[in-house]
Amino acid sequence: MSHLPPFQRFLDAQAGDVLRFLIASVGRHDADDAFQETFLSALRAYPRLRPDSDLRGWVLTIAHRKALDVHRARARRPIPIAEPEPERPPGAPGEGRAAGIEGDHWERVRALPARQRAVLTLRYAGDLSYAQIATVLGSSEDAARRAAADGLKTLRKELSHVTAPA
Amino acid sequence: MSLRPPDAAPEHAATLAARTAARAAEQGLADVAYATIDSPLGRLVTVATARGVARIAYELPNGGLDAILDQIAARLSPRIVQAPKRLDDVRRELDEYFAGRRETFDVALDWSLVAGPFGRRVLAQTARIPFGATRSYREIAEQAGSPNGFRAAGNALGANPIPIIVPCHRVLASGGGLGGYTGGLDVKRWLLRREGRSAVD
Repeated sequence: MSHLPPFQRFLDAQAGDVLRFLIASVGRHDADDAFQETFLSALRAYPRLRPDSDLRGWVLTIAHRKALDVHRARARRPIPIAEPEPERPPGAPGEGRAAGIEGDHWERVRALPARQRAVLTLRYAGDLSYAQIATVLGSSEDAARRAAADGLKTLRKELSHVTAPA
Repeated sequence: MSLRPPDAAPEHAATLAARTAARAAEQGLADVAYATIDSPLGRLVTVATARGVARIAYELPNGGLDAILDQIAARLSPRIVQAPKRLDDVRRELDEYFAGRRETFDVALDWSLVAGPFGRRVLAQTARIPFGATRSYREIAEQAGSPNGFRAAGNALGANPIPIIVPCHRVLASGGGLGGYTGGLDVKRWLLRREGRSAVD
């Protein structure tokens, strides 16, 4: 089709993916606002978009920028250390692992350097290819892969500490 | 190690999407707002711009919601959001009309989906036919300045983007026969009966 779809259809189609990406990237508390900011920005720019554009890559690029804004605002906040999201207490062995670890992963991802965080959230929560991620970040595919590998390495190291017997 | 995407409840995403669409309409970021309305004549898709109501479409005879919105996106703007609040006035007036409590409509209209100057004149004349009255295609063509243009007038009426409010159902064939209608002839009959008229079938 040679025309852009009505914005509402685009919004409905991308809402779930954008929300998942933002939850991973900024946490549930800030995801709702970032979601609205993302789609309002998208709406402003929408008529200038070419109909054959990669709509998912485009909207996740905007979401990625909104996530950066959130992280920058946090960095400027006077309290130096942690987010209000409470540290999960070490629960019963089996249960804690199944329910808790996944959430902890994204909290740890959020604490990584900006580029590693961006690549891992776009790849594993946004489900973009490394080629798409390179476009979002204005870098090369190789650089995106390297950043992902570095980020995963750090996470593995941290997790081995956590799961090691006391 | 694998990073699984975090859970995002579909209902929550839908709620956020609706909230965003409403905000876009309030802030004037959307050029077009729409809502679907249940009526005795089936589901209607109502569409408004900042100027007023631009489209009322019988959903099924027009190929469904997606087809209707695709056409609006191509002809007006793709900045379309679902914003039921923005269509509250027209919904209320239509409800009152269907319930027999209203004979004329007060909502502002946006004529931009009407094609060509003749089409505009035809629909402007049609908009002046009072509740309970009817005209022939020929009369409307004459009033629009083209006595021999009743066929073109018929086409313009068939393409009426704002039926019911611009009452093209009040235009009949010269012998009093039904002629045609955008929502199907049963709907035309229903509307005429609602206004105390009937056509020669």
